[in-house]
Amino acid sequence: MRWLIGMLGLLAVMMTVVVATSLAHALHPPSNVEVIDPLRLHLEGEFVESNLGAARESDGSVTVRLLAQQYSFVPRCVTVPADTPVKFRLTSADVLHGFLLVDTNVNTMVVPGFVAEVRTRFARSGDHAMPCHEFCGLGHAGMWAQVVVVPKDQFPDSSPTQRLRCAAH
Amino acid sequence: MPRISRLALAHFWVAFGLFLPAVVLGAWQMLVRSPWSAPLADSNAYYISVSLHGTVMAYVMTTFFVMGFGYTVAATSLARPLRGRAWAWLGFGVCLVGTLIAAAVTLLGHATVLYTFYPPLLANRWYYLGVFLLVGGSMIWVVLMIVNMLGWKRDNPGKPVPLAMFAITATAYLWVWSASGVAAELLGVIGPAVFGATTQIDAGLARTLFSVTLHSIVYFWLMPAYIAFYTLLPAAAGGRLYSERMARLVFIMFLVFSLPVGMHHLFADPEHGDGFKFLQAFFTFFVVLPTLMTVFAICASLEIAGRARGGRGLFGWIRTLPWDEPMVLATGLSLVMLGLGGLGGLVNMSYAMNSMIHNTSWVTAHFHLIFGGAVVIMYFAIAYELWPQLTGRPLRSQRMARWQLWTWFVGMLILTVPWHIAGLLGQPRRVAAFDYAMPVVARWAPWVDVSVVGGAVLLVSALLLVLTLLRSQGGTRSSVIAPLRYALAVHPAARVAPALNGFALWNAMVLVLMLAAYGYPIGQFLFVLKPHSAPAYEVTRPAPQGLSP
Repeated sequence: MRWLIGMLGLLAVMMTVVVATSLAHALHPPSNVEVIDPLRLHLEGEFVESNLGAARESDGSVTVRLLAQQYSFVPRCVTVPADTPVKFRLTSADVLHGFLLVDTNVNTMVVPGFVAEVRTRFARSGDHAMPCHEFCGLGHAGMWAQVVVVPKDQFPDSSPTQRLRCAAH
Repeated sequence: MPRISRLALAHFWVAFGLFLPAVVLGAWQMLVRSPWSAPLADSNAYYISVSLHGTVMAYVMTTFFVMGFGYTVAATSLARPLRGRAWAWLGFGVCLVGTLIAAAVTLLGHATVLYTFYPPLLANRWYYLGVFLLVGGSMIWVVLMIVNMLGWKRDNPGKPVPLAMFAITATAYLWVWSASGVAAELLGVIGPAVFGATTQIDAGLARTLFSVTLHSIVYFWLMPAYIAFYTLLPAAAGGRLYSERMARLVFIMFLVFSLPVGMHHLFADPEHGDGFKFLQAFFTFFVVLPTLMTVFAICASLEIAGRARGGRGLFGWIRTLPWDEPMVLATGLSLVMLGLGGLGGLVNMSYAMNSMIHNTSWVTAHFHLIFGGAVVIMYFAIAYELWPQLTGRPLRSQRMARWQLWTWFVGMLILTVPWHIAGLLGQPRRVAAFDYAMPVVARWAPWVDVSVVGGAVLLVSALLLVLTLLRSQGGTRSSVIAPLRYALAVHPAARVAPALNGFALWNAMVLVLMLAAYGYPIGQFLFVLKPHSAPAYEVTRPAPQGLSP
């Protein structure tokens, strides 16, 4: 009985830590539940090709729109500023894909029919590899992209309609 | 016992007979994705191999083992002939046909969807039919377990159902609930697409239905190990079970709490809101409880055995335990792996921390350690315990069995510790090949190298297992084999409360919890979201790119 109470206590403490940290730091997994028609992505809406890449918002934050498809991300490389709120919005044109920035906790599934949104803030500049982390077909192993974080002052002060990409290396 | 020997052995041999080639595939996969070169390496072959390895280990080996174990438990713990033996053989046949169809289609490259299907990827229809037959055939087993328990209860009014039978019936109920998810996915989402009624697949709904199965199925695999902990281990160690009521409560808790938690596999999915993710994360904490209670009960039972054998002092009883008994040794090794794997699991289920490791090698390491390690090593121990009973021949030899258990333990640690680290360093899972010239990938290389060695050690161990079982079965018949001993409790119960002797109440509770946990998440696809489906994508096309990124 004492063991049982002890174990219940242990679980209660762990649960409290999980609840408290997710509330205090707003650590939520991507849960925006937005539907989108995967067959019309190239025709209309925010995922048309000319709108993909990094965009500066009026409040100074940056929104990155990415399209995942067999077997590449479009665009293959995006530049974002450090120390700035960054919002990634992704969707898939075909099957399941996964979005992971190595060395960060930016991680979401990309499910056709839904928009996945992840918010983050990069503390330092540097390159992050971006492998697709969900099996998407026989060419899955080749599906890599890149996010380049540059110092805040080196991020171009673009116009609201401009979209920023970079050359993958 | 002899009357079900052939039935049980047939099940166990399908399980272990396919287990060995699946381990060969696993060891080969380790080599393919390493910096070294492997024979026959190409991405098509790699994903066929992953599909086979996963399907055999997760569905075939486990289902056949659990069924064989269930028949043995029913016949021995109730001490009367199994009812419905002909039905049992029919179930065996259906499962075997399903397995062979699914395996053949996968080998031919028409079902490279790994073992969790990944719709809107679509395999050849025969693959799904094979899987459906395998799951469907096992439902005959489920009915037989329930019928045998109820029949015994009717003939023995007021008496407590023997613990082992009670627990295997809990397993049967758990499996029906669990399989309902994958059955709904196959019938409701994938079936219409493979049989041409539609060209579209709702990926979000398919994933949600599969998540019903995805976590509870692990407890279906795990139950034989726990049944061995509670009913076989104390006897093998020469002691008694600490508390029978606690054991019954643990099996009930597994039935109730392992089901409404599957959405913790979907934390990173965009098709669900954080409210239900949070709720199921909360329920997941409850399913840890029966495992923590078991750790206590097992240690207490072992302490009783150790002290009965003359152990003194705070820890002296550990030394006096019969560690040369495969069952005792396997339990010790299993608990170590369960502890390490469980700690990793706490990270996975922790809502926010999961983002760090979702779909990285960390997750692969976690389930290999818990299932491939802690659970499967108990399958070995159960086989060593039952083999003399089923074949009428002594185990040849205990020494070889000990070597086999140790190599499995060591191999599993060499395999999974590096995977955990590589996962934290961001290595994604299910990737056929890495370009080790990339700096970020080069960091993973040493860990991948070590895990290749782990795969090789596990292969040796799997060979030892099959060799030991074959050698024992080919030995000479012995007339002095003691009957299977189920553990007595310290205070054997003459009566137990009706709630601890049946499942009506608990099945009702599962229903309520499932409606609460899954009612809206599944219902939203039908009534709220008006989701868009994606065109199904057949996976039999060749890879459009080479192996290297």
